[in-house]
Amino acid sequence: MEQHDNELSALIKAKAKRYQAPAELRNSINANLQTAQLPDAEVSRTGGARPRPEQTRSASWPQWLNLGLAFACGVAVSVLAVFFLKAEGKDDGMTQAIVASHVRSLMAAHLVDVESSDRHTVKPWFTGKIDFAPPVKELAAEGISLVGGRLDYIGQRPVAALVYRVKQHTINVFIWPSTSTSPQDPQFAIHQGFSVAHWRAGEMQFWAISDVNVGELHTLVRLLTRTDAP
Amino acid sequence: MRADISTGTSFTDCNLPFGSGRPTGLQSVSSGHEDKGNQVVNRTQRFETAALPHLDAAYNLARWLLRDDHSAQDAVQEAYLRAFRFFEHLRGEDARPWLLGIVRNTCYTLLQKRRQTGEHVEFDEERDTDLIEATVRREDNPERLLLSRLESARLDQAIERLAPRFREVIVLRELEELSYQEIAQTVEVPLGTVMSRLSRARALLREMLEKAE
Repeated sequence: MEQHDNELSALIKAKAKRYQAPAELRNSINANLQTAQLPDAEVSRTGGARPRPEQTRSASWPQWLNLGLAFACGVAVSVLAVFFLKAEGKDDGMTQAIVASHVRSLMAAHLVDVESSDRHTVKPWFTGKIDFAPPVKELAAEGISLVGGRLDYIGQRPVAALVYRVKQHTINVFIWPSTSTSPQDPQFAIHQGFSVAHWRAGEMQFWAISDVNVGELHTLVRLLTRTDAP
Repeated sequence: MRADISTGTSFTDCNLPFGSGRPTGLQSVSSGHEDKGNQVVNRTQRFETAALPHLDAAYNLARWLLRDDHSAQDAVQEAYLRAFRFFEHLRGEDARPWLLGIVRNTCYTLLQKRRQTGEHVEFDEERDTDLIEATVRREDNPERLLLSRLESARLDQAIERLAPRFREVIVLRELEELSYQEIAQTVEVPLGTVMSRLSRARALLREMLEKAE
């Protein structure tokens, strides 16, 4: 028997795995030792009465709690994701339509139906073409020129499109009567590289879109929503 | 399997010969503090010198007992912290069996927690070894076993299937090459028990390997 034991011993020595401590373990133990000396110094000073050793959090944290937390996090993320996707889903089609309309307006030689920087020309132009009167603002003083207005068709209804220009950037502002889902405060997003803003003012909802960055669009939206403007 | 092992109780429950050579209360605060500071630094250094060389052994034991990397790291980390706290206990002895004993206790506490939460089904010694013995015909011809042809993975598997108290003596004896005396110290059982466990562990292992052959 002894001989077989030796044989088995040799085999285990030669072939069984001897695990080596990972470097991260070595590092964290070293770090632990550096921090662990302070409470121990305290204990030493006060004499023999020592508190029970505290367990390190990582090891004493019950395994099931880890699992539970991980599971809870997973559920929370899924629920949030579903919520956002749902919320997004409603607007997403609309945003796509806004982007498409914006792109089309730039591709075709049909940016404006009425070309004027005068709101008193642009606003009356819509009368009789659509069943609402879109508010039109001149922002020339802020360096944003009104190019004109256009009739467009978004979300199965005719809408008013105002065209502004900042430097060489074209900004489309689509306006039509608001629905309850339109946000009161402007919301900004980036779709296919375009900055998009959506908000509600009075009975109208507004969508502004441009290839300017979100910050610049933010400025435009602030000017458009300013009540004291003429 | 010992169900009553709770980590560290054997240490906390006894009075510690703490602070011999400590400055007395009559000394000035500043010098006492300074002295203490040095003592703490020395203590950390002494501990590092004594314990860190055995980190691989500690991890190997924990990894074999817990059978997963993450728990093994947690256990070793906790064990080292615990060992650091009770370092005064180590007086002129070899640090290795003492340290491995703490690692082992920490692992058993974790295994016990696992069993309570039903997270892993641990090898049941009563049930599973009987099963093995019942199904394996004892052949008095161990030469049959072509040990040299055995693959490492299968050997590892067989060791993992041993009950923890058999697995640990195999790991300590064959992989860490502890003496019987040191194993007795680590596992906290008499020398005779170590020898019988080791012999039974080898027999079980041989049976499993033969069966798998």
